[in-house]
Amino acid sequence: MLKQTALHKLHKAAGARMVEFAGWDMPVEYAGITQEHLAVRKTAGLFDVSHMGEIRLSGPGALPLLQYVTCNDASRLKISQAQYSALTLPNGAAVDDCVVHRLEQEVFLLCVNAANTEKDFKWISGQNRFDAEILDVSEQYSQVAIQGPRAAEILQRVTDANLSKLHYYWFMISACCGVKGILARTGYTGEDGFEFYFPPQHSETVWTGLLEAGRPEGILPCGLGARNTLRLEAAYPLYGHELNEDTTLLEANLGWITKLGKGNFLGREALAAQRERGLRKKLIGFEMIDRGIARDGYDVLIEGEHLGTVTSGSPAPFLKKNIGLAFVPPDCDQSGREIRIEVRGRGVAARQVPLPFYKRPK
Amino acid sequence: MYPPELLYTKDHEWIRVDESIGTIGITDHAQSELGDIVFVELPKVGDAITAKESFGTVESVKAVSEIFSPVTGEVTAVNSKLENSPELINTDPHGDAWLVRVRLSDRSEIESLMSADEYEKFIQEEKGH
Repeated sequence: MLKQTALHKLHKAAGARMVEFAGWDMPVEYAGITQEHLAVRKTAGLFDVSHMGEIRLSGPGALPLLQYVTCNDASRLKISQAQYSALTLPNGAAVDDCVVHRLEQEVFLLCVNAANTEKDFKWISGQNRFDAEILDVSEQYSQVAIQGPRAAEILQRVTDANLSKLHYYWFMISACCGVKGILARTGYTGEDGFEFYFPPQHSETVWTGLLEAGRPEGILPCGLGARNTLRLEAAYPLYGHELNEDTTLLEANLGWITKLGKGNFLGREALAAQRERGLRKKLIGFEMIDRGIARDGYDVLIEGEHLGTVTSGSPAPFLKKNIGLAFVPPDCDQSGREIRIEVRGRGVAARQVPLPFYKRPK
Repeated sequence: MYPPELLYTKDHEWIRVDESIGTIGITDHAQSELGDIVFVELPKVGDAITAKESFGTVESVKAVSEIFSPVTGEVTAVNSKLENSPELINTDPHGDAWLVRVRLSDRSEIESLMSADEYEKFIQEEKGH
């Protein structure tokens, strides 16, 4: 039996196409992926991401535990600040990627991937020699994301929070549509936007309130389809694609969240050694030159040899190109280089391009 | 919804047969399941295609889907509009967005295909599962 978010009925009533994702019955699209994608790039879109997991760490041992199981430096977080991080394995790969929120001096809330919530909870619990309190609080939160250049303007109509004072990767405890929750200026689309965590019983109030508030701008409800194409244009990794238990953070271009100098953490030695000795593979971006769409798992041909694998490939609705991410041997990483992607037995020409594919205008 | 002059497959293709020429496309149900169609790969005129075998692909933003031929025959025409406007399949799947025309080599193959009524029942049953 698939799990349902508190907004499941509304999605069905709105005619969303539903798919199974990580054990959840989730909307993949409403009006269409292209239209939803463009709404987020040009105005605003609203996502139900209540399937995401939340894990709460508290007590005097919370920070030491967090520092030990994640790669980023959580000690630098002020109360009300958030940080992109990853739970690490001794081999330097990720158990999961996550966003860490410092709710109080000794209370942290981790937002993790739906597919990994149980695994993460067990993993963190297994490392808890710091006597922190660890709770899987996923069922206490619904989460919606309002994303796009007009998101702040729309959200401001239904919240008392002064959003001009809420900076990127900070959050406030505020009411939205009369419902109190955690309002964070974060997202997974490459646009400005907010993610709101709140008690599930108020889900319909928040969802319909935000859609109503954004009606003048033409806000659209968006599904997981657009969420994926948006994150791919922004070149954000997706667990199970660019990240897995056999890919180190450095290989996945996450050196920027890997703080080797912060003190001991799981995987630190492996990562330090790899930084010295070099990577086994490198994540690169490419765009198709000839007609054809790269898809996850397709082979990458370099000088005629099968040397790499596509981790995510899709049409990019805003860029109007077919793009993808792939792992290749580190010495093949060369921006501008022509490569080929094997599409149904045919090598289709593509070119390595710098990442991200899309960066929002300042 | 489903034109009565067409015949349908369980893989969600349709065919309209005029004399010995069949026009093939994918159904409205197929396009709506796929979502925004962005790419179509079709055979060339003169290619042979075989009943129940894949003769091309349709790709939406999200997925790749093979197209299976309802009949065996030789391709006599390919809808060139779809190369630059694959989205036609979303807007007019049973009309303007036909994929290929074929000269049927065995007309009796169409006897096992579904009528519009049968196809509608079939997709209702599929949805039930």
